[in-house]
Amino acid sequence: MNRILEKQQLGSCLWEFLIEAPDIARAARAGQFVILRLHEKGERIPLTIVETDDTVGGVRLVVQEVGKTTSEMIGGFGVGDALLDFVGPLGEPSEIARYGTTVCIGGGVGIAPIFPIARDLKAAGNHVIGVLGARTAELLFYEQKLAAVCDELYVMTDDGSRGQRGFTSDVLKRLLDEGREIDRVWAIGPPIMMKVCAEVTRPFGVPTVVSLNPIMVDGTGMCGGCRVEVGGRTRFACVDGPEFDGHQVDFDALMARLRIYADDEAESLDEHEVQPCSKRQEGAW
Amino acid sequence: MIKPRQTPMRQQRPYVRIHNFDEVPLGYSEDEAIREAKRCLQCQYPTCIDGCPVNVDIPRFVGHVAQGDFASAVRTIRETNSLPAVCGRVCPQEDQCQGVCAMGKKFESVAIGRLERFCADWEAQHDPCRPEVGPDTGRRVAVIGSGPAGLTAAGDLRKLGHDVTVLELLHVAGGVLMYGIPEFRLPKAIVRREVDGLRALGVRIELNKVVGRVVTVNGLFEQGYDALFIGTGAGLPRFLEIPGEQLGGVYSANEFLTRTNLMQSYRFPEYDTPIRVGERVVTIGGGNVAMDAARTALRLGAKESIVLYRRSVEELPARVEEVEHAAEEGIFFQLLAGPVRFLGDGGGLVGVECIEMKLGEPDESGRRRPVPVPDSEFTIETDTAVIAVGNEPHPLIPKTTPDLEVSRWGNIVADPETGRTSVDGVFAGGDIVTGAATVIEAMGAGKRAAAAIDAFLADA
Repeated sequence: MNRILEKQQLGSCLWEFLIEAPDIARAARAGQFVILRLHEKGERIPLTIVETDDTVGGVRLVVQEVGKTTSEMIGGFGVGDALLDFVGPLGEPSEIARYGTTVCIGGGVGIAPIFPIARDLKAAGNHVIGVLGARTAELLFYEQKLAAVCDELYVMTDDGSRGQRGFTSDVLKRLLDEGREIDRVWAIGPPIMMKVCAEVTRPFGVPTVVSLNPIMVDGTGMCGGCRVEVGGRTRFACVDGPEFDGHQVDFDALMARLRIYADDEAESLDEHEVQPCSKRQEGAW
Repeated sequence: MIKPRQTPMRQQRPYVRIHNFDEVPLGYSEDEAIREAKRCLQCQYPTCIDGCPVNVDIPRFVGHVAQGDFASAVRTIRETNSLPAVCGRVCPQEDQCQGVCAMGKKFESVAIGRLERFCADWEAQHDPCRPEVGPDTGRRVAVIGSGPAGLTAAGDLRKLGHDVTVLELLHVAGGVLMYGIPEFRLPKAIVRREVDGLRALGVRIELNKVVGRVVTVNGLFEQGYDALFIGTGAGLPRFLEIPGEQLGGVYSANEFLTRTNLMQSYRFPEYDTPIRVGERVVTIGGGNVAMDAARTALRLGAKESIVLYRRSVEELPARVEEVEHAAEEGIFFQLLAGPVRFLGDGGGLVGVECIEMKLGEPDESGRRRPVPVPDSEFTIETDTAVIAVGNEPHPLIPKTTPDLEVSRWGNIVADPETGRTSVDGVFAGGDIVTGAATVIEAMGAGKRAAAAIDAFLADA
């Protein structure tokens, strides 16, 4: 159970895993996530599901090295190894329907969860405009995969090393300014990107769905750690989300909460002598 | 000759125990247990049995202890109580068996809880008393949730010969016994032992199984289960809905205790899950969970731990023993005051603004309603606050089971005697039905539902 069936590098500090979990693979839908724990002393971390492989009962995930657990998973777990705990699917699925024209924006590791949404929106008969963004070309992935399910695809990097120079929100703004009829936007990426995208669409009144990744512990509707303020009310990303109306989310509070454990993360990496990705040779695994 | 007072139980001294997570009371020796058991009057018409939600035959087990026949005492308890080591530690005995004990009319009641705990611990040191399992009925029952209600239902159903599978969404079994109640009140090894005992009876336990998501309630019937018991308990914490609640440093008690108990944050960085505790911790609320959080904060290294409660000491909902333990450990009680807002400095929490309260007329709960005193605001400087003001029912099953009748508060509607729900073959009990209650009440509900499921399976 929970065996790693495939593992491959997608970019700098970015890896793709296929995990054997047939029950979860059968039940999972776009927008949902899993929680995993590597070993007895491990923490529970949430990761959004990219897609499932029904022939082998696999769940595909993209892992970006950001802390101790993700470093350990990328550095220490290979094909054939098993994760201790793998639970899901969690959260409410994306509301897939025939909206008309939809824009699917994936920024950074947020490209991974935007893929199944774009795929299912396309299958539901929407005109799908994909927008992918990353700091630099080495952090960009799934361009081909998205191209296959999008009617139009725009690629942006902050430094212009791939696609256009600029931000994903620039594309969104241009499309709206050009007067394109857009019926719904999904924006998944760093909180600041989601915030900016929501601000871009607000004056146009285009419904904008964001997928939040706040701090979670159990991730199943118990601890309340993943609370976010949406429309002035306390909501929980693990059971009410992870997707919310981007125009209603208090992103500033979310961003502040995400920083709570930054010092602890550094201490943990240090204590366990885990080398962060940037200092390790790429492709060593 | 009647001994008016209970045999005291040794416990870790307060100034020692606030620096460790080990259990506080240390238990009776055999001699102490016998001495205490001999205080029992062996009433001809005992009231204590009815005072117990699972009707343990208290005079009989206490009589065995008085004779030094501990094995028989354990067997007697286990006839009706599948988690004695847990109940002996966390039951509110003063409101239950001990509250109606005849000795208690004039003197201190018999220390029934301590004797139950003694018996269960004796069992752990000696031969486990495994109840007999009835002949195989060929019927399959799924128990959703492995807290006190689920474990009790699972044990009883298995003893009746049914094929029982417990589905638990976390990575360990035990529910609130594992994630909620702290190690110093209920060592996790005890919960593991009780769960292993169920496994030894043939109960299957599947972890990381999220019913409602990976399989629905209806899907379980399609998988061949003949009946279901839902014991998914309490879920998301209530918040105060006051400004600043999103600040870093403001925890719900659920998160604070889950990090500590389930994820072992107190052993960070050996364990990977961190927790942030400052010099001073303010816990808001007055129940057992608030006491657990305030006492946990001390053990995590807080120099001062303050309980902020809006009524007076008489209204504190926590067990008397928990309040006493907290007070012994040096926890401050800021009574008759409530939080108004959490103050931040742009980074995280820096203080809790409070207002003094006075008690007005009784409210619908019968307790006197706290009324803010005008212009009495004051601020407690702190970088860590824990909100312990209760929980909503666990949301997943109600959310994902459209045909199941649910109250407007999100509790599953179930018959209190049988646990029957609006869906045929689906039974429920514990906090998911009643809202926050005690471990033993949840066990009582699990027990009644197990009997009703057995009857349902016989008719079906």
